[in-house]
Amino acid sequence: MSSVPKLNKTQPRWFVFGLLALGLALLPFLVDAGLGRSWVRLLDLALLYVILALGLNIVVGYAGLLDLGYVAFYALGAYVYAWLASPHFGLHLPFWAILPLGAALAALFGVLLGAPTLRLRGDYLAIVTLGFGEIIRIFMNNLNAPVNITNGPQGINLIDPVRLGGVSLSQPQTFFGYTFSGAHLTYYLFLLLVLAVIFISMRLENSRIGRAWVAIREDEIAAAATGINTRNLKLLAFAMGAVFGGLAGSLFASFQGFISPESFNLMESIMILCMIVLGGMGHIPGVIFGALLLTLLPEALRYTGDWQRSLFGQVVIDPADLRMLLFGVALVAVMLYRPAGLIPSARRRREFAEAKG
Amino acid sequence: MNSPKSGNPLAGKLDAGPAPLLSVSGVSKAFGGLQALSDISLQVHAGEIFGLIGPNGAGKTTLFNAFTGLYSIDRGEIRLNGTRLHGRKPHQVLQAGLARTFQNIRLFAEMTALENVLVGRHIRTRSGVVGAVLRLPATRREEADSHERAHALLCRVGIAQHAGRLARNLPYGDQRRLEIARALATEPSLLALDEPAAGMNPAERAALRELLLQLQGDGLTLLLIEHDVKLVMGLCTRLAVLDYGVKIAEGTPDAVGCDSRVIAAYLGDEAL
Repeated sequence: MSSVPKLNKTQPRWFVFGLLALGLALLPFLVDAGLGRSWVRLLDLALLYVILALGLNIVVGYAGLLDLGYVAFYALGAYVYAWLASPHFGLHLPFWAILPLGAALAALFGVLLGAPTLRLRGDYLAIVTLGFGEIIRIFMNNLNAPVNITNGPQGINLIDPVRLGGVSLSQPQTFFGYTFSGAHLTYYLFLLLVLAVIFISMRLENSRIGRAWVAIREDEIAAAATGINTRNLKLLAFAMGAVFGGLAGSLFASFQGFISPESFNLMESIMILCMIVLGGMGHIPGVIFGALLLTLLPEALRYTGDWQRSLFGQVVIDPADLRMLLFGVALVAVMLYRPAGLIPSARRRREFAEAKG
Repeated sequence: MNSPKSGNPLAGKLDAGPAPLLSVSGVSKAFGGLQALSDISLQVHAGEIFGLIGPNGAGKTTLFNAFTGLYSIDRGEIRLNGTRLHGRKPHQVLQAGLARTFQNIRLFAEMTALENVLVGRHIRTRSGVVGAVLRLPATRREEADSHERAHALLCRVGIAQHAGRLARNLPYGDQRRLEIARALATEPSLLALDEPAAGMNPAERAALRELLLQLQGDGLTLLLIEHDVKLVMGLCTRLAVLDYGVKIAEGTPDAVGCDSRVIAAYLGDEAL
């Protein structure tokens, strides 16, 4: 960096970073000890959703294109991984080779979806993208005849787990005398990729490209009249978002070992959108928080049965029913009391404050 | 080439002066049954402040939108420095060197003043995704240069103190100035201003007039739509008057002011 660090200013910053890094490194062990192994897997899944949410954030948060079919790219990434690393076609390509392929295919479809929607805005765009998401899912559901490509509703099973340099992430591994479970190792891999995605998002946000996206979101006609090639930049936003979606899809396939069209329904798209809106649209910390919250909160609410037993001595309402009810109430409450999101960007906070006052 | 005085058949044309910066010929545009522009021809020369006036609904803004690629035209030609503008996308028009401002200010409201001007640099910069993510030396140089130019432009239009404020929070007159700065950031050879003085108080108007004269002094050519006849008459080198999509007069402010058709268009036939 060109700027010479001012010691008294940067030292506490590095200290905070160091603490954060240590916390993130120890997190799976703390969770494992406190809540059990299944929560470490949930943590892995939450990281996956962080990648998805940050990807959709580029499309919705930066460029302002309401995309309700985002899960299609997730599905594409997952299926590419499943095709290239499972007994389904008998292919077993290495993890690092498939990852860019899944991302690239998703990007291509991002552009293919984007192209016909360039003239559409807001609600109309949402409807077309929603259709796109459903088309992909229905294709995956039906492409088992005459040639069996996706194995239809049964999905693809026995997908290879991630294997890095001979180390498989599905079995416990011992390093330096410590044994790491597969879930722990997956956590570190996903964390690394999440950090990369955050880095890319941040760099893009503060660049010529990011400013052009925000300009399109603010006023598309003015953006065009200021010299922005709105067509190319909207396609770029779709493609960048799709890359992250495809990446998350490939990770999901390797993580679960099994995928079926069921996993990629409309509800999934809506959930990812909720993460962004709830957390704080266009603001990276908000989006991360939203993704973590919406992945972990519904799981935590499964334990309402235990709480009820300790409170009333019996289970009054089935936790499975109560879970979604409480979740819905939480969503409504947040949108009522924090309409700009839980951690809004400075920009959107002002926007809502002024709209109110 | 021969010199103009060699008896060449082109001589007469060349004597008419240098090639116009903006040349509009036979432009027509209809919205359904409404003929918004009929057979408009005009020429703007480098260094001029050219005024475009006319009663409400005369087609001034439609003509602007046709220049800047927001509307397609049915017939005719628009050329800037010989480059075809008709049938081009807005960003291609900017690339060719024609920038504009809007009658109802269209800033990026939730971006800071500086960011607004930086968006104007988009067309003159190149760095892409890879450059942005890796922050390559070329990208860093380009960003530094853009920031420097953007700051200079904010100073140029006199709102440097607002650089970090959101565009929406700027006072009205300064929003107009910011829009001009954003347009200037695209390095235009012709700046088209759609009613820049609308809604301004007399002090702001005087300051705007000063700014426009300074820009002209810097070698910029200005095309101005304006309702304020006093401002137009004092500022413009030449004027064209539109009425119901037809050009009814063109010439120096004095000549246009005496034209009977212009007086009729503005005041009604009875006034004559």
